[in-house]
Amino acid sequence: MPILTIDQVMHAYVTNQSAVLALNHLSLTVERGEFLSFLGPSGCGKTTLLSIIAGLIEPTKGRVLIEGKEAKTMRQTIGYMLQHDYLFPWKTIEQNVTIGLKLTGKYSEKTRKQTLALLHQIGLRDVDDRYPYELSGGMRQRAALVRTLATDPKILLLDEPFSALDYQTKLKLEDLVWETLKQYRKTALLVTHDIGEAIAMSDRIVLFTAKPGKIKRVVSVPDSLKACTPFQARQHPDFSPIFQMIWKELESIEQT
Amino acid sequence: MNKHEWLQRIYDQHIAYEKREKRIVRFFQTIIVIAFFSLWEIASRFHWIDPLLFSSPSSIWHLFITKVRDHTLFSHTTITLTETVLGFIVGTIAGICFAALLWWFPRVSKIVDPYLVILNAMPKVALGPILIVALGPNMTSIVAMGAIISIIITTIVVYTSFKEVDANYIKVLQTFGATKRQWFTEAILPASFPTMISTLKVNVGLSWVGVIVGEFLVSKQGLGYMIIYGFQVFNFTLVLLSLLMIALLSSIMYQLVSWFEKKLIKRA
Ligand SMILES: Nc1ncnc2c1ncn2[C@@H]1O[C@H](COP(=O)(O)OP(=O)(O)OP(=O)(O)O)[C@@H](O)[C@H]1O
Ligand SMILES: [Mg+2]
Repeated sequence: MPILTIDQVMHAYVTNQSAVLALNHLSLTVERGEFLSFLGPSGCGKTTLLSIIAGLIEPTKGRVLIEGKEAKTMRQTIGYMLQHDYLFPWKTIEQNVTIGLKLTGKYSEKTRKQTLALLHQIGLRDVDDRYPYELSGGMRQRAALVRTLATDPKILLLDEPFSALDYQTKLKLEDLVWETLKQYRKTALLVTHDIGEAIAMSDRIVLFTAKPGKIKRVVSVPDSLKACTPFQARQHPDFSPIFQMIWKELESIEQT
Repeated sequence: MNKHEWLQRIYDQHIAYEKREKRIVRFFQTIIVIAFFSLWEIASRFHWIDPLLFSSPSSIWHLFITKVRDHTLFSHTTITLTETVLGFIVGTIAGICFAALLWWFPRVSKIVDPYLVILNAMPKVALGPILIVALGPNMTSIVAMGAIISIIITTIVVYTSFKEVDANYIKVLQTFGATKRQWFTEAILPASFPTMISTLKVNVGLSWVGVIVGEFLVSKQGLGYMIIYGFQVFNFTLVLLSLLMIALLSSIMYQLVSWFEKKLIKRA
């Protein structure tokens, strides 16, 4: 059974002014351990789709199933990192990254230590007792990533998690996240605007068209690249052709 | 000179500058107080101002000593202070609780919205006579005056700040399966602390207004009564003494709120 089934999902945002169709007849299945990337123009509904999968908003039509059950009842299996960090400004970094543990009742000295270790591993040292405003944008984003990983979710939804990072840190983090996910066979859906990142990290890449959001095409990354770490994949000879192909697809999407 | 020493020196210079600045400000503040009271005293002695109306610091001081000796000042002050603190606490807490209720039940908030606007626009002290008749000419109705004057505005301001909390904080909590109660305690409430503190500061002033007007009306005891009594017997020294006591006590209350603010909001 696929870990995630998106079945004919439609979503319209209804406001007092109008009803806008954000997602149109979207279907997709994801197997356990798969890594998918979502690429598409701004406003095509990527964040909307993640929010629906996370059970935060109810799709207007259609269903989302996680391990065969309604998404809303499966919140515990999902870790969702929002597009902006949304660290709580009144909590210290330690309190921020452990809040998920506390809310889900998983908080213990052991999980606390693990989470703090992850924080250090990701390059945030000596910030446990600091407040978010004392951190740079990139540091905050990493803290938000740790907060999401802390509860050990089976499915990770990452909405542009690396967007505020400098290039070097980004490459390092890609490798770290990729290795962690592969090691524990986690499923991940990544929203990104970086074609290279999508190719380097994913098994499949979903290309969206805009207004209303629809799947244009699903590109499978060749096995040769899947076997490499993201950093190695970027140097691989197979990288460039697939990059070109996706680039052209996106160009054609933007023109229509 | 190495880098460390250099940084230390820059830091020391900064601290020295801050200290100097603080001293200068304190100096001028003291000068103003001294000048104000001296000028008042002199103006009164030389009859530049009418001493019957404006009294003088020295006569106020003498009256203060007399009133302290016969224990009347202490009892009047304690009564007023108790009423004000009670009115302040009741008004603030009830206001915050109403705000929480409105947040919890959005439909209720939509329904009562126009009534809140009307209640807020109404001058609450005008309710005084009704309160006194309803609750009796005693401390209860005065405390009620102190509370009622701040309750509606607290409700409105705090509820607005509850509503303005970024919904994405709640999304974060929702992803961890938080309950609505947890949304409130983990996000809504702490995000609104700064607003609540500023309403506390406003309420300090408001409850004094409510209580003093209440004492004017009930006219039995307290600093408000001392003012009315002084006015009736044309003893303006007594009026000014009461005013100075009120000024002193309300600024102490304000300082307490500021201290509480520092405790509550640890981040800069
Ligand atoms: N709360 C909302 N109310 C009304 N319309 C909305 C709301 N959120 C999103 N939309 C609309 O839905 C569409 C999809 O938005 P969404 O945020 O999912 O896009 P996105 O693909 O994540 O874009 P980006 O890459 O810029 O983050 C947009 O046209 C947007 O204007
Ligand atoms: Mg988005």
